[in-house]
Amino acid sequence: MIELTQVRKVFPGGVTALDGVDLTIPDGEIHGIVGRSGAGKSTLIRCLTGLDSATSGSITIDGVDLGRVRGAELMTARRSIGMVFQHVNLLDSRTAAKNIAHPLEIAGVPAAARKRRVDELLELVGLADRAESYPAQLSGGQKQRVGIARALAAEPRVLLCDEPTSALDAATTRQILELIRELRDRLGITVVIITHEMGVVREACDAVSLLTEGSIERTGRLLDVISDTSTPLSKELIALPPISAMEPGETLVEVLVTAGSRLADVGRLFSLLAEHGVEAPVEAGTVETIQGAQIGRLHLRPDDAATAEGIRRVLVEQGVHAEVTTAAQVRAFADEHQAADAEEENQ
Amino acid sequence: MIIAAQDGLFLENEVFANQLPAAILETIFMTAATGLIVALLGLPLGIALHNLGPRGLAPRSATYRVVSILVDIGRSIPFIVLMISLIPFTRFMVGTALGWQAAVVPLSVGAIPFFARLVENALREVDAGKVEAVKMMGASSRHIMRQVQVREALPGIVGGFTVTLVALISYTAMAGAVGGGGLGALAYNYGYQRYQGDTMLACVVLLVIIVAILQWTGDRVSRTIDHR
Repeated sequence: MIELTQVRKVFPGGVTALDGVDLTIPDGEIHGIVGRSGAGKSTLIRCLTGLDSATSGSITIDGVDLGRVRGAELMTARRSIGMVFQHVNLLDSRTAAKNIAHPLEIAGVPAAARKRRVDELLELVGLADRAESYPAQLSGGQKQRVGIARALAAEPRVLLCDEPTSALDAATTRQILELIRELRDRLGITVVIITHEMGVVREACDAVSLLTEGSIERTGRLLDVISDTSTPLSKELIALPPISAMEPGETLVEVLVTAGSRLADVGRLFSLLAEHGVEAPVEAGTVETIQGAQIGRLHLRPDDAATAEGIRRVLVEQGVHAEVTTAAQVRAFADEHQAADAEEENQ
Repeated sequence: MIIAAQDGLFLENEVFANQLPAAILETIFMTAATGLIVALLGLPLGIALHNLGPRGLAPRSATYRVVSILVDIGRSIPFIVLMISLIPFTRFMVGTALGWQAAVVPLSVGAIPFFARLVENALREVDAGKVEAVKMMGASSRHIMRQVQVREALPGIVGGFTVTLVALISYTAMAGAVGGGGLGALAYNYGYQRYQGDTMLACVVLLVIIVAILQWTGDRVSRTIDHR
């Protein structure tokens, strides 16, 4: 179990990167941490690995307080955490097998046992035939597989992944995430994935936390967070294309169908609206099955405000989240987002 | 034919039989002995420079500045001046200031800081992420220096060592002119002082061949260990 209590990190010069982070990640969970750049994700991971120490607060992994151990104990604590990097960071001078064996060499495992474990790990990540290849001879996805095998070599309890798929294409990303889930199921390890890609969270994570300005703004099981329309994280997790220009007086109905709705299926929504005579064109929509539950997000563009209100009433009755938005509200939201994006770009 | 006119026909010059073989050996011994000392002392100095520096494992800005200035002083003194000013030190170390053994002292003093800087540059090229990844495995600094920094930078270090050896060859010629022996001494004493054009030509050709062999070997070794 990973437990963070009121973790603060203030850099010399007065920049507060982490401002009281509280987070509990139970054993065997795949936990995604998302946030804009500058939110403190990198600092958080450096504190979790013990490469950097928190200014105050405590970080414990399986009961060991990372802030209190020094020297040899810190090195042992580090070995209980396997780390997967965005740029993999394999040594070019070592073959895949030698890279995987590296943590075992450091831990002083004898050569024969090392060899056995490396063969096992290569098998586990599906690269048994590439043992003698150098990193330069491997594809991006294969390199990350070697990186994961290396992270798992010393049998850590925790796998920390820092943007593990950000340098990979979509198909390879899916394979790597599948591998991470499979490894969790087989080895029972706890996984923390830091990412800016919502797709990674949807595909791989059991739970998610949103880091904003150095503290956790929202944390919870993935489906709970998606269903919670009170935070912007829900909209970002199931994203729709930007709303097209609206004339003053026009309305939009934002709909979210979740596991809690009484609709058997998103498709049923349209027949229901037809039965009540309040139909509206769909401007954008997405339907996904996440952890066995159907999640649908729709933007409906009714002709007039009365229809919009009618749609809202019908849907809310069915336990579906529906919100009527006016042109002015949409514009205000877009402006706010643009400002945030511009700010991010400046950093 | 003008160059062969002074002491009989080309290759019939007695210098070729009597002095040339010894001179070649002296140049090779001087370079090899100095190269060994430079590798043994310059490599650790380069590692120390990198790791005391801002991106190293143990940044110590004050110490780094002192070592760095000393290294730069060593590199900026013209070799001929360095050699003469080191004569007392050379006498103390090897008992004489003459002969190739004596020349090894100023040659080493001149080349160690040169090689150390090249090592530092090569180490700086190693991605900080690799060092961090191995640090995460709970590795000691000693392990990181040997297995990550030096091993990953080895192609560059070998390249730097080749450059150092080639520079050393030209330094040995200079050392030869003031009593160090070797091909440089031969070229100066016979080729220049006694107007033996053929001796001069032979020395130049031999020096070029030695440099070419060194460079070729260095490039090959560097390529063999480079898996990037």
